[in-house]
Amino acid sequence: MTSILDVENLKTYFKTEYGLVKAADGVSFHVNQGEIIGLVGESGCGKSVSILSVMQLIQKPGEIVDGKIIFNGQDLRKYRSNGPEMRAIRGSKMTMIFQEPMTSLNPVLTICRQVTESLELHLDMDRQAARERAIELLKMVGVPDAASRVDDYPHQFSGGMRQRVMIAMALSCNPMIIFADEPTTAVDVTTQAQLLELMKDLVTRLNTSLVIVTHNLGVVARYAQRIYVMYAGRIIESGLSEDIFGHPHHPYTIGLLHSVPRLGEKHGSRKLIPIDGMPPDLINMPPTCAFLPRCTYKVEKCQKEPWPALRAVGDQHYISCYVDIREK
Amino acid sequence: MADDIEKTAKNNDAIGAAMAPPRHSEWRRISRVFFGRKLYAIGFAICVLLIIVAIFAPWIATHDPLKTDLRHKLEQPSWTHLLGTDSVGRDTFSRIVYGTRTSLLIGFTAVFASAMAGTLMGLAAAYFGGWVFAIIMRFTDAIMALPGIILVLLIAGLAGGGIPVVIFALGFGGIAGMCRMMCGQALSVKQNDYVLAGRAIGMSDWRMMLTQIFPNAFPPLMVGITMGIGGVVLGEAGLSFLGIGVMPPTPSWGGMVNNGQSYLLTNPILSLAPGVAIMLLVFGFNMLGDGVRDAVDPKLRGVL
Repeated sequence: MTSILDVENLKTYFKTEYGLVKAADGVSFHVNQGEIIGLVGESGCGKSVSILSVMQLIQKPGEIVDGKIIFNGQDLRKYRSNGPEMRAIRGSKMTMIFQEPMTSLNPVLTICRQVTESLELHLDMDRQAARERAIELLKMVGVPDAASRVDDYPHQFSGGMRQRVMIAMALSCNPMIIFADEPTTAVDVTTQAQLLELMKDLVTRLNTSLVIVTHNLGVVARYAQRIYVMYAGRIIESGLSEDIFGHPHHPYTIGLLHSVPRLGEKHGSRKLIPIDGMPPDLINMPPTCAFLPRCTYKVEKCQKEPWPALRAVGDQHYISCYVDIREK
Repeated sequence: MADDIEKTAKNNDAIGAAMAPPRHSEWRRISRVFFGRKLYAIGFAICVLLIIVAIFAPWIATHDPLKTDLRHKLEQPSWTHLLGTDSVGRDTFSRIVYGTRTSLLIGFTAVFASAMAGTLMGLAAAYFGGWVFAIIMRFTDAIMALPGIILVLLIAGLAGGGIPVVIFALGFGGIAGMCRMMCGQALSVKQNDYVLAGRAIGMSDWRMMLTQIFPNAFPPLMVGITMGIGGVVLGEAGLSFLGIGVMPPTPSWGGMVNNGQSYLLTNPILSLAPGVAIMLLVFGFNMLGDGVRDAVDPKLRGVL
């Protein structure tokens, strides 16, 4: 499998009045062709910032201060964030599905206009051809009666349907990679399952890579092949989906899995254990491991040494922790 | 699974086609909201009427508006002179009809010019921020620091009257307001996810401003434009009344009010008739503005 996106040591900082927020602090990950990746972590851990950085969509006061972003052999950091090279990549080879389907469509333009926008921008289609392709795309993502609904406005669509439109827009130019930023957070569980199945089916059919950013472990467990777990701006564990869910090594991942119920588990057979404490303040980060105050496995070394680098604990399985924990 | 999806999609298709409520086109909805209110419809009717009068002035006017006739000066209304004649015997009705042309010409051009300039400046300021924002906003501050009427008087007085000068003076004064309105709207629209989504599909700055931000920031501006027409016409009348606006003998409502004021006790209709015309126009365009806002504002869709 060939890697199409390589992110190395990405650092995105926000300069605020209260201090420097290190939203992404040395994030490294890679995505292979046709692979579904899960990027998991709690709110504010830097998941969205990481992928917005890759797409060069970080706005002031945020800034990418360091790191390498190699996409399809091109170093994206060489390009201006809204320069012609970046614009040619965004929307055609690299697309994004946003969290809020209710606000990520322009309320004054018809669905047709919005879906055809990137077709006209990147594939140079004329109006009529683009319109036909848009109807085809809407049919593909399961919008009923697509031929007549294409002329509707977003407010005439339900949340789930809008998210389908967003998926259609993301797929329109046959991208190499799609970033889905919490794609199903704003819709109910039934719709969520439909949308995820749809996305999975479409990306495997089109051999596109998909990066799902979410705080919902259930979402990635079923669909992602590899998972990256983030905490306080860093990746703290990565590995194949089976390894992360079957043999988690990092105390944070272990804590996360303890705190959610699993399907098929007998009622009351296992107590859910929450992780104590709060996520750290990203402004005053300690030099040591940021999870230390909440960690139940901590040893003396953790207090003295800086945040550990990722180390291999198995084939394709990495953690950033000094302690060796074997889950029973 | 793929089969399942297709099956559901087909099923949905059938259900969707059968159960979907009849959908109205956007135009029908707008016109329903707009004409559903009497006041708006009246405003619209007044505006249409005035525009028709302006276009067909030569056919509607009963006399040549510039032709003086000293034998029939200061006549009371009669069948030959519907609204009487002025101090040099010109037909008041015909002058009002031709004055519509002057007023609307000045109103439309001044407002559109200032709206164009103000929109571009406001959009650029909001979109780029930073020093672009600072420069444009300081410029509008400078315009606004001078009271509107003084600015207009200054320009019109220095350049010495005439229609183009009046248009420039009133249009220039309007830029600041339009620019601020656009800038404020654009700043709030810019926060929306669909603007980020536009960037994410690779739109250029220019395209983003025109397709994502401008249409969403436009409705309040449209109200500003329609109401601005009323304001500019009023401004023009004021300038002409003071004698530095439209130059005689070109018929202008403000100038007519001025001419008539010496005969206010004997021939009140000389000032009253153009005054009513001004009032009607301002009222009409203000109502039109309100109606347009209610009808096209996407945020009120579904409510009205």
